[in-house]
Amino acid sequence: MPPPDRRAFLLQTGKLLVLTASAAAAWDYVMAGEPEKTPDYDAAAHWWAMVIDVERCIGCGLCVRACKTENHVSLEPDCFRTWVERYEIDPDDPDHPHVTSPNGGYDGFPPVTNEGVKTFFVPKLCNQCADSPCVQVCPVGATFQTPDGVVLVDKDYCLGCRYCVQACPYGCRYIDPETHTADKCTLCYHRITRGLKPACVEICPTGARSLGDLKDPNDPIHEFLRTHKVHVLKPQMATHPKTFYNGLDGAVR
Amino acid sequence: MARFSSYEHLLRLAALFAVGIALFAGLRWLLVPADYGLIGPYRASALTQNQAHPIVYAGRLACIDCHSDVADVLKANAHARVGCESCHGALAAHAADPGVTAMRPDVRTTCAICHVPDTAKPAGFKTVNFAEHAGAESCSSCHQPHAPRP
Repeated sequence: MPPPDRRAFLLQTGKLLVLTASAAAAWDYVMAGEPEKTPDYDAAAHWWAMVIDVERCIGCGLCVRACKTENHVSLEPDCFRTWVERYEIDPDDPDHPHVTSPNGGYDGFPPVTNEGVKTFFVPKLCNQCADSPCVQVCPVGATFQTPDGVVLVDKDYCLGCRYCVQACPYGCRYIDPETHTADKCTLCYHRITRGLKPACVEICPTGARSLGDLKDPNDPIHEFLRTHKVHVLKPQMATHPKTFYNGLDGAVR
Repeated sequence: MARFSSYEHLLRLAALFAVGIALFAGLRWLLVPADYGLIGPYRASALTQNQAHPIVYAGRLACIDCHSDVADVLKANAHARVGCESCHGALAAHAADPGVTAMRPDVRTTCAICHVPDTAKPAGFKTVNFAEHAGAESCSSCHQPHAPRP
């Protein structure tokens, strides 16, 4: 057998590499198929939004507890998918509201009875921005917007780099102390795709929270948005949030 | 044709390019998950993974399936909006298997979750100083949680 020719060898190897790679890519494409779907759920037919009626919130903290239970959120400090803030605004110093949220409102609030001070509760959660900064900054595509408008985290793909935690103007993200990956409100994606309400909406005793489908013309959310003066948080950030607040005070950030 | 007689250097260049492209395609195949980019710039299976999370709160409709008598009482009064699991806790396990005992809430603690006084609460919301109003008496001596008036 003659000694192998270098040129022939390179040629053969090159051909082999090209063929293997293209065959593999083609095989992948054939095998991947359509992603598995929840039966009877067409993501493209929905565009989920939340309505928070600030004037109904009583600061009971049931939503915070229900959220943690439903989604197995860590009980360690600063791990919240939703939390409640209490504002206390002294009319003599309206530019410096006193905002408290002891353990996110998980254990309720120590009562205040100070007359002459403007006080109210504001529930907070992911605003499910249509143009969300957290999706834009993710270097690996581990956070994304679903076809039905929910911003989710792919926990198996997340590096835990925390860019998104810094990017969110609303402070809605945290790092899961167990997996060390980013986490946030999913709008209870496992529930809404099965026709249930998110846990916080289900549990709210005063109806301060409601889920709406902006793509469903019969959803009461359209009537609500038309007949109420709603606002979103930090509209100047151009994130186009889909969490609408009714009766929001200008002091809320 | 004579002008292009020495084209071997071009072939070598082409081979180099081919190897480069093949390397890129091979590495991409190795490193990028198969379902990445099927719907958008993310793994399509991440959607299914998020959907697969177990349900803990059964939801009011599941409760009404069996306890329609309570739902009928609730319908007409101030607690009509209150979710069953707001007071009774997460009950998906009970809804799936009635053999799993549902928690019986402690009346006074449960009422206090909402009805303790706080000026931050909306003006029309009923609050009461429990100690002054009832002393050590249980709320349910006078008020039925499913039909709270009077």
